[in-house]
Amino acid sequence: MADAAAPHPSGHAAAHPPGFAHQFEDMGQQHEAGSLGMWVFLVTEIMFFGGLFATYTIYRALYLPSFEIGSRLLNVKFGAVNTVILIGSSLTMALAIHAAQTGKRQATVVYLILTMILGAAFLFLKFNFEWTADYHEHVVPGFGFFVRPEWGAAGPHVPMFFCFYFFMTGLHALHMIIGFSILGVLTWMAHRGRFTPEYYAPLEISGLYWHFVDIVWIFLFPLLYLIGGRYALRGGG
Amino acid sequence: MSGHIVPVKTYVGIFASLIALTLLTTGVAFVDLGRLNTVVALAIAVTKMLLVILFFMHVKYSPGLTRLVIIAGFFWLAILVAISLADELTRGWSPTPQPWSILISLLAPE
Repeated sequence: MADAAAPHPSGHAAAHPPGFAHQFEDMGQQHEAGSLGMWVFLVTEIMFFGGLFATYTIYRALYLPSFEIGSRLLNVKFGAVNTVILIGSSLTMALAIHAAQTGKRQATVVYLILTMILGAAFLFLKFNFEWTADYHEHVVPGFGFFVRPEWGAAGPHVPMFFCFYFFMTGLHALHMIIGFSILGVLTWMAHRGRFTPEYYAPLEISGLYWHFVDIVWIFLFPLLYLIGGRYALRGGG
Repeated sequence: MSGHIVPVKTYVGIFASLIALTLLTTGVAFVDLGRLNTVVALAIAVTKMLLVILFFMHVKYSPGLTRLVIIAGFFWLAILVAISLADELTRGWSPTPQPWSILISLLAPE
């Protein structure tokens, strides 16, 4: 106990790599603790999105025809292109960490900027094209939603599908915006030379978050766009 | 010392697999497989998730404690979905069970 209260011996800063926190045995333990802590947070995120996925599953089972009509009204091209964009951004994020691990500062900055560009492209496609088209097709609940007569008995519950669609993709987009902001800070830190092959914890942990957001979309894409009997539209438009 | 360095070749391979699986799942959605459409779409999504978790998120090289936390997370999600579904889908969705409505009318006439 006397040791803990004692002042640091002079020159202690030279004894450990930058970014090393004193409570850890070594950088390896610090790295594992950081990743574990981030995963605990991501598990709460799994439960956060999980509530929406569970509710979606229940109401899809109860109102299947309405959900299938809603799903077929979505544009699968936007969904597929955005999936490819997001997977690409996960690759550049992983490569940014690889560049930091191998001490390539310039490459780290370039890959982080590429990740931001791909993230922005995803959001631009979603807000500027997809949601705008949804608005003009009158399928936004609360903003002039039009229940078409040809939907018949399934019509009244089609807005419910679109509530799930806008809440789930909206919550996902919010996570993307937060991730984009974090990437901006990381790019600045990388530019300032804050990361070394020994210390790149902010990159690793933010990478876990970015990949998690990618995984959420990997499930949203088939659940919203693909499993609504899309084959029925072949030739029909 | 710190994290395991995954070769760039592995990352690019995982990326190519994820793109191929995205094309596959999109293509299969246009083929009528009946109930199997949902099963195939979810199986492909789970495969993609595992590739991202194991390689992009470095869990293949993570210690057992981290893996235990992740597995526990998905186990809890399974409880959430399974028990909610078991409840909602077995109620029969009648407005108010018969004996209850009689009881209510006795306790609060009109």
